[in-house]
Amino acid sequence: MSNSLRLSPEHKAFLHQVRLSKIRIRLTQLLILVTAFALWEFCADAKIVDPFITSQPSRVLKTIISLYEQGVLFYHIGITCLETVVGFLLGTLLGTLIAIILWWSEFLSKVLEPYLVILNSLPKIALGPVFIVWIGAGPAAIIVMTLAISLIVTVLEVVNGFLAIDQEKIKLVQTFGARKLQILTKVLLPASLPTIINALKINVGLSWVGVIVGEFLVSKAGLGYLIVYGGQVFKLDLVMTSVIILGVAAFVMYQGVVLLEMLLVRRKAH
Amino acid sequence: MKDVVEVHNVGMKYQSLDGEITALTDINFAVRDGEFISIVGPSGCGKSTLLSIISGLLPSTSGSVFLRGEKVSGVSRKIGYMLQKDHLFDWRTIFQNVMLGLEIRKAVTPEVTERAVELLKTYGLYEFRNKYPSQLSGGMRQRVALIRTLMTDPEILLLDEAFAALDYQTRLAVNDDIYAIIKQENKTAILVTHDIAESISMADRVIVLSKRPGTVKKIYDIDLTCTERTPMSSREAPEFRYFFLGIWKELDVHVELA
Repeated sequence: MSNSLRLSPEHKAFLHQVRLSKIRIRLTQLLILVTAFALWEFCADAKIVDPFITSQPSRVLKTIISLYEQGVLFYHIGITCLETVVGFLLGTLLGTLIAIILWWSEFLSKVLEPYLVILNSLPKIALGPVFIVWIGAGPAAIIVMTLAISLIVTVLEVVNGFLAIDQEKIKLVQTFGARKLQILTKVLLPASLPTIINALKINVGLSWVGVIVGEFLVSKAGLGYLIVYGGQVFKLDLVMTSVIILGVAAFVMYQGVVLLEMLLVRRKAH
Repeated sequence: MKDVVEVHNVGMKYQSLDGEITALTDINFAVRDGEFISIVGPSGCGKSTLLSIISGLLPSTSGSVFLRGEKVSGVSRKIGYMLQKDHLFDWRTIFQNVMLGLEIRKAVTPEVTERAVELLKTYGLYEFRNKYPSQLSGGMRQRVALIRTLMTDPEILLLDEAFAALDYQTRLAVNDDIYAIIKQENKTAILVTHDIAESISMADRVIVLSKRPGTVKKIYDIDLTCTERTPMSSREAPEFRYFFLGIWKELDVHVELA
């Protein structure tokens, strides 16, 4: 720091304390992870638990390597990630679009309200077989499944975001003669960007549920497929490996959205 | 002097399932060119409704408003509106905020961009043009809001409780600031406020409205002895307290016990 000469000793001590506390948190987080894996490995090795049922970290690693050598590791990860990304982007876009339509027409919004409530409370997984029959067993059905899960939540979230905007802001642009489309583009959408990104965050999680359930039901590839297949042939190594990869992929994708948020809504933080 | 704003027998009734509420009845007054008018009244008397009607945002249920002899129907371009909060958009820079009105009217040209730069320079905000509203103080934000309003070159400024959201000290300073800018830009202004002192300190005339249904109860010509009139110096004028007491009595405020 260039101005460190001007810092008072108290401020220096405070900054040091903050840094220290950050390091402690990170270290503890790492320690929990390492301990959990070590304990798992040890218990399986010592036959305290049966590795045939619980698998173990070294077997997971071996499975990953063997999947990689067969050349299918990134194929399965790729399929699942692609379905998820398409699902949550489509869910957010379509959801926002429907929210705009509902805001535009108060009549339509009032008419559709009970249907939205029903669709929101319905367990969308129940529609899985319907989608498969209609669309066919394949990635398309999985993406539709994902959409079904995330769409209504997005619609409700964004509509509420629109309604939470100060009416006076709308009045302001009206005094300049703004029409409805301008109210949308100049006020509603920019003001709702944080809400929309928040919906995106929720959708990342929901889309994983949709994709995995979809893959459970129909697929021939993907991490969900590996989990179901592993379970059926009792290859718990494969199941655990897929679950761990899934966890990492979901984490990375969520961080991606957080990064996007920082880029788009950064200016507010100044 | 010519009348810029003429309000003729304006009345307003709101409909609801519980019945009909008469907010305003038979409002009549005129505003002369360059005049500063304050409208005071007890809360709920329809002050803000009246401004909305004058601006054309809200059609009145009876009577009519004329701006420079033209009947108001729909939002008029002669009007600049300032609301209680500055409502600067925090996703836009100061410069982009100032350009909002012209953007909406699709009237952004190199000339008006030049004018925005000039106004920002004149009122000491040029160096903040690329900052975001959250980086400015309340007083500066209100100044930006006024420049945003001035950018569309309105003839009449409507100030709807425009200072009510500020704390007292800031408000006094902003009163002087905005008053000076309005006078310098030679605008006609109508201020709605519930603050009696503020209404006297800024206005050439104060219109007192009655309780609901609001109607014009009395109009005061504010004639103060001070060498150079500013809202702050007005408050020190010897006549100030007489106006204050008079308006206070007209308002007939008392705490209603439930």
